[in-house]
Amino acid sequence: MVENIHDQSQLDRLGQLGRKLRREQRLLSCFRLRTNYDLLIGAAVLGALIVLAFIGPLLSPYDPLEMKVLDRLKPPSAAHWLGTDEFGRDLLTRVLHGARLSLGIGITVTLLTSLLGLIIGVYAAFYKPLDHILMRICDGLIAFPGILLAIALMATLGASASNVIIALTIVFTPSIARTIRSTALVVREQPYIEAIRAQGATNARIIWLHIAPNALSPLLVQAAFVFAEAILSEAALSFLGAGIPAPAPSWGNILQASKSVISKAWWMVTFPGIALVLSVLSLNMLGDGLRDFLDPRSKRKGKGSRRVRRVAP
Amino acid sequence: MANEPEARKPLLEVKALSKKFPVYGSFGRLFGAKQYVHAVTDVSFTLYEGETYGLVGESGSGKSTTGRTILGLTPVTSGEVRYRGQDLAKLPPKQLRKLRRELQMVFQDPYSSLNPRKRIGRILEEALVIHRIDDRQRRQQAVFRILQIVGLQPEHYFRYPHEFSGGQRQRLGLARALILQPRIVVCDEPVSALDVSIQSQILNMLRELQGELGLTLLFITHDISVVRYISDRIGIMYLGRIVEEAPTDALFANPQHPYTKALFSAVPRISERGLKERTVLKGEIPSPLSPPSGCVFHTRCPLATDRCRSEAPAWRETKPQHHTACHYA
Amino acid sequence: MSQMSPASEKSRTSQMSRSGQKDRTALLDVRGLTTRFATERGPVTAVDGISFAMEPGEIIGIVGESGCGKSVMSQSIIRLLDYTDHVSYEGEVWLSGEELLRLSPSRMRKVRGNRVSMVFQDPLTSLDPLYPIGDQIAESLRQHRRLSRKEAQARALELLRMTGIPSPEQRIKEYPHQLSGGMQQRVMIAIALACEPQLLIADEPTTALDVTIQAQILELIVELNRRLGMGVLFITHDLGVVSEICTSVKVMYLGQIVEEMTTARLFANPLHPYTQGLIRSIPRLDGDRRRKLHVIEGTVPSLADRPEGCKFVTRCPYADAKCRSEEPPLETAEEGHRLKCWYYREIRSGAREATQYGE
Repeated sequence: MVENIHDQSQLDRLGQLGRKLRREQRLLSCFRLRTNYDLLIGAAVLGALIVLAFIGPLLSPYDPLEMKVLDRLKPPSAAHWLGTDEFGRDLLTRVLHGARLSLGIGITVTLLTSLLGLIIGVYAAFYKPLDHILMRICDGLIAFPGILLAIALMATLGASASNVIIALTIVFTPSIARTIRSTALVVREQPYIEAIRAQGATNARIIWLHIAPNALSPLLVQAAFVFAEAILSEAALSFLGAGIPAPAPSWGNILQASKSVISKAWWMVTFPGIALVLSVLSLNMLGDGLRDFLDPRSKRKGKGSRRVRRVAP
Repeated sequence: MANEPEARKPLLEVKALSKKFPVYGSFGRLFGAKQYVHAVTDVSFTLYEGETYGLVGESGSGKSTTGRTILGLTPVTSGEVRYRGQDLAKLPPKQLRKLRRELQMVFQDPYSSLNPRKRIGRILEEALVIHRIDDRQRRQQAVFRILQIVGLQPEHYFRYPHEFSGGQRQRLGLARALILQPRIVVCDEPVSALDVSIQSQILNMLRELQGELGLTLLFITHDISVVRYISDRIGIMYLGRIVEEAPTDALFANPQHPYTKALFSAVPRISERGLKERTVLKGEIPSPLSPPSGCVFHTRCPLATDRCRSEAPAWRETKPQHHTACHYA
Repeated sequence: MSQMSPASEKSRTSQMSRSGQKDRTALLDVRGLTTRFATERGPVTAVDGISFAMEPGEIIGIVGESGCGKSVMSQSIIRLLDYTDHVSYEGEVWLSGEELLRLSPSRMRKVRGNRVSMVFQDPLTSLDPLYPIGDQIAESLRQHRRLSRKEAQARALELLRMTGIPSPEQRIKEYPHQLSGGMQQRVMIAIALACEPQLLIADEPTTALDVTIQAQILELIVELNRRLGMGVLFITHDLGVVSEICTSVKVMYLGQIVEEMTTARLFANPLHPYTQGLIRSIPRLDGDRRRKLHVIEGTVPSLADRPEGCKFVTRCPYADAKCRSEEPPLETAEEGHRLKCWYYREIRSGAREATQYGE
């Protein structure tokens, strides 16, 4: 009943087919990407901000920390495109350096919370006793208003950029862990997990190769929002004086300094504000776009999937 | 397909298997279990090499739990599952995982028992990867082969589960169970979710493959016509217990237990006009939280007496190879 | 069921005589009913020109596999799909002299649950978990019959008793999740019968139930049908159930009725290859279990790519070029036995042999 399929030509043919299908799928992803405007615009704006943050300071002739008393509070001009601050520092240079700090903190916090949240969430979902302990700790942390918890942590840890990262990671991890856990709980009860177990898979294999990948898409979406929130929170902490210490040019610091001169120098509050709004907005769009992109239902309904099916003989 | 009695070799022996699920009160686990759901109580039977043993019962009879407990998918409360001289119930997890190669399962729901994010090839290959069998290319060949065996195309290797119809998915479920070349396959309602025309395709294939590959099947179902078609011997379950067991033909020719009789008579029959005279059982299965005393069936049994209410009937051989748990069989 | 109160007995008799007067016209007359859904791939025909008539007191079985359009057809009759997007109907549905497809939505609401009721497959999801079952039975009475709360509750109790639920006085205050599947289905039937409908549409009402419970429910439906004289449209995939309770059967495939006949003929003398295959592929309690089961090759095509010509052509062992290009008409083979097949005469006489897959 089984014909000979061990000969090489057959296998080659199937190998080719596999490659062709994978190519089709890539095309299909591109197609779906092209129509997902949230994702495209979000990614483009965020990408532009990141590029600016890294090459901008190199092009600027000014030092973000050097004070020039004569140039205090100059409005935007050809020399200082965005004007200067109360110590005569070039605002554009400071905003660009601030982008490095703020986006850098945002990315680091996002990566750390995602990793920790994934580990905690997946293990909590898989091992009942662990679940009780981990989730009570998370509940405790979530019970505090996030920004107050961050301030309290900063007060004990001391003001520095790395402590901001630690504090924000502690603040955001519980909610990510909870999201992952609830998804993982659903996945864990799926018959295909039991089917894998019936084949003799180890727990580690089940957790990392089957439960975690299925919990990944909500994680990605959530991560984009955490990124946005981390940037905002860093700004808020710095604005309140509990974040990055003063001369360093974070967006929060610039905004805080602008507070006292807001009636004299509108540019000092406007431009870092715009930078902040732009990055948070783009991240939110990115998050929404990702959600649409990763939703398996849209995958099934999409026009492209039919095309793939027709290609396969 | 039918085995001669003298040639029968026991392959798997289930002895006094019980499974209780704890039910917790409003304080969770704090004060221990409030009650127990007695899902399976004192179930014993033997699977002989190469046969198909049908386990029949209505919902809540514990037939699925029995299957899952035998495979160690849920821990045993008490009793033994003897396979090749070892008690599976007491085997450490590591060794049990190794033995899983020889004991496989086909699930009821072909839609949700396949990981939607993986290609078919990956799903089928996984078992080989787990047990470190062959290299990558040989594994791929094994998958192509098993796809052909269950009547699918090698091209399906690259597809995702949602691209298949219900019947094809059940073939995939079967392929996944068979790729490890197991000796025993537990089939938990494998055709219940399928249309009749597809159901017959799968049943035919199961029977063919069983002969070709020398499989031993534990076939769990609620469908009496299906179990009659596929099984050599049948055990009837009611409220967590096996109440009757016999070779298929003997059982259908002469059911002994009142529950079996009522069950058979409840099956709507083709080619009979009008509602036939039947013993329609009154009431429903009692809660497994507090099974009735004595014979568990006495609350619905048309023949129940005081003895049934107080004394649990013994498991006895009423005819050669035909066992029943009823005082009056 | 025997413990019915005298009061309800009386209301039953009046109902009987009422429907008795209408005997001259058909209870339900479906003419060329077609239901289409607009999808992104263009219109999909789920029900394709179905016509049949039903007399009061009949139990008609609609048989077919999943995807054959039997549920869509029944939902189209009472226009339950109005609330779905992109649906369009064609044809006529006459319910004792009134055309339903042209009724205004508000008039239609007066028909639903009142003159026509429906029982669904899954009783638990069809009941609202928030309300006691008594309230849910009373609801349609209060809406359609304008009964007071007290009257409606009294009637609900009576209905529960009629459906054979033990100790209905207590059950009436319970919530759906407190009842077992069989009891829930009895409640669904009680709700459906609340306004003494002329027509009951039962969509796989016993599929989710165990056989012993199924037997109870079937007995209940038949008994109520005999006593109340209501028509029952019984949709199922289980031919055994059909043979036990239905007076006549319609076999559906891909949105069409491919064969219709009395139940006795269904098993004695099926003529359409699909019906034949369906009957032969079921493992039977009285069949030879050592023989291979008959197999209908392939699967039901999706509604989006229905074949030209005869709809069964992709799976038919007798099909030829004519079947592929021309759709056969619904022909009368004998009195009360109609089917859609070009070659049924030849197949019956054995002159035409299965070409591709036959055993």
